Amino acid sequence: MNLSLLLEMSASTLEDRPAVTSGTRSLSYAQLDAAARRCAAKFLSMGATGVVYCGTNDASFPIAVFGAAYAGLPFIPLNYRLGEEQLQPLVEANRGAVVIAETAKIPGADPEMVVLRSTLLDASFSTSADIELPPFVDPEDVAIVLYTSGTSGTPKAALLRHRHLTAYVIGTVEFAGAEPDQAALVTVPPYHIAGLANLLSNMYSGRRIVYLESFDAQLWLDTLRNERITQAMVVPTMLARVVQHLDGSPADAPMLATLSYGGARMPLPVLEQALELFVGTGFVNAYGLTETSSTIALLGPEDHDAAFAGDPVAKVRLGSVGKVLPGIEVEVRDEDGNVLPVGEPGLVFLRGEQVSGEYEGGSVVDAEGWFPTKDRGWIDEDEYLFIEGRADDTIIRGGENIAPAEIEDVLRRHEAVVDAAVVGIPDDEWGQQIAAVVVLAPGKSVGVDELHDYCQQHLRSSKTPYRIEFRDELPHTPTGKLLRREVLADLLG
Amino acid sequence: MVQSRYVAKALHCQGGTVGEELEMDIKAGSRLACPECSVELVVVRPPSSAVVLTCGGVEVVDASADRPGGGHSGASGDGTLVGKRYADEDSGIEVLCAKPGPGTLAADGREVPIKGAKPLPSSD
Repeated sequence: MNLSLLLEMSASTLEDRPAVTSGTRSLSYAQLDAAARRCAAKFLSMGATGVVYCGTNDASFPIAVFGAAYAGLPFIPLNYRLGEEQLQPLVEANRGAVVIAETAKIPGADPEMVVLRSTLLDASFSTSADIELPPFVDPEDVAIVLYTSGTSGTPKAALLRHRHLTAYVIGTVEFAGAEPDQAALVTVPPYHIAGLANLLSNMYSGRRIVYLESFDAQLWLDTLRNERITQAMVVPTMLARVVQHLDGSPADAPMLATLSYGGARMPLPVLEQALELFVGTGFVNAYGLTETSSTIALLGPEDHDAAFAGDPVAKVRLGSVGKVLPGIEVEVRDEDGNVLPVGEPGLVFLRGEQVSGEYEGGSVVDAEGWFPTKDRGWIDEDEYLFIEGRADDTIIRGGENIAPAEIEDVLRRHEAVVDAAVVGIPDDEWGQQIAAVVVLAPGKSVGVDELHDYCQQHLRSSKTPYRIEFRDELPHTPTGKLLRREVLADLLG
Repeated sequence: MVQSRYVAKALHCQGGTVGEELEMDIKAGSRLACPECSVELVVVRPPSSAVVLTCGGVEVVDASADRPGGGHSGASGDGTLVGKRYADEDSGIEVLCAKPGPGTLAADGREVPIKGAKPLPSSD
């Protein structure tokens, strides 16, 4: 099984059905397949050892992904927003790869290997040489190299092999299961696992993908209506902006059957408002990691509906990531590796065919196949998985483990607060003390004492921030993950 | 990681001459095809023990081999459906149908059932 097979099957079955739309351009499955094969031959004729993609989302993205797969080359998407200093070492680490980019000037790249992104759509980007595409791509070969977002430091190159990604797709998606009029609106960046998994799943299900090159709340809402979008995926920051933009008026997107979210922790207040504004839309929370080939657990529409209807158990589970997918096993362990019983928080370990857990330089999967996510969480009596956050982010105050997310949720519920970050700062007496950095809503004000009292009303006193400061904004990754080390450095600096 | 490989001795039909014997390498990712109908398969999981996989009663071959075609005479069963996974519990072989056809799959004569997949809500 390799990635090119997923498109090959759709192209031979669905042929002229539209596969991808960006702007005014649309490609059918057959056209996308032909373009990917044409580019694959061209990449091989250039002697490429990989395909680096350094650009935004549009029709050239799927051509590059499947072109790399047809050529049997690894696909390496890079964050095009990175500064020269950060981008150059990543480009140099992939010397020999063709570099598909927005501009011809890419730091560290061999100019002869740089191809402008729009060129991929051009039929003249082809080779007259007699190049035969490899008839067999080993499922063991590396399909995708993804540099993890690096919220904790230097980015690491995670390796996903063809067998990991195809196990995810054929295990969770019904081939050609989408109705011909279904369309998915995609705004997640191409260098994120969600963007790649989304492409593979939609192509295999036969659903048209509509790409927006950059996110804007009004443009996103307009596109939902104009393109008659039935499925959309957002990261929490985007949904927060949409909710803010709607300002209490209904979203008016009756065609939208499913709105899925993931990529970072969703603040509950944002989700609760979104559920009110998107009437008739089913919400899906997807949890996964780069190293697990995307989604490994889902909280489905029924759970969201039950919570919205006021079911007290479902309301608690709205803060969970749902149940793990069939074929995925989960264990919660303590620091010594002992498996913990239901309800007890600890370190989350995962196992399954889609789980890679491998980086350039080695695998972190143990002999029994378990991958340490480094996320802390717990499982309830009905197997719902709750994720508290990164183990590294856990605040240990006087021996008590405190998850920052719980305190952040409380702060965000205050009517004057739009965003909040909670970190542990070193303290001689307690080991760590809780500090909160808060962003106020435009035109609102609240004092430190009032926020402190508010936290104390909603949290145990041991979880009430000891220090509260205000900032105009918080540092985030492009998918909305909070960069806590920057918040901490700011507080200590 | 080394994949388990199983090399099957398969009776192979080439250029219309039935009976020529060659070794067929059934490993994950291998592409197989029915010599007589349009069915094409991809191996998801190789067998853990020797097995003869047939389509419409005819042994499948490597997809790059010659396929005389002609269709199955008196084919029975439901045929093989594109995008479905077929798994034989006894031998452990699992294949994905990449191209459909009227032939029905069997492993050592046992009809190979479709591996049920629970449809999930769209998450991406």
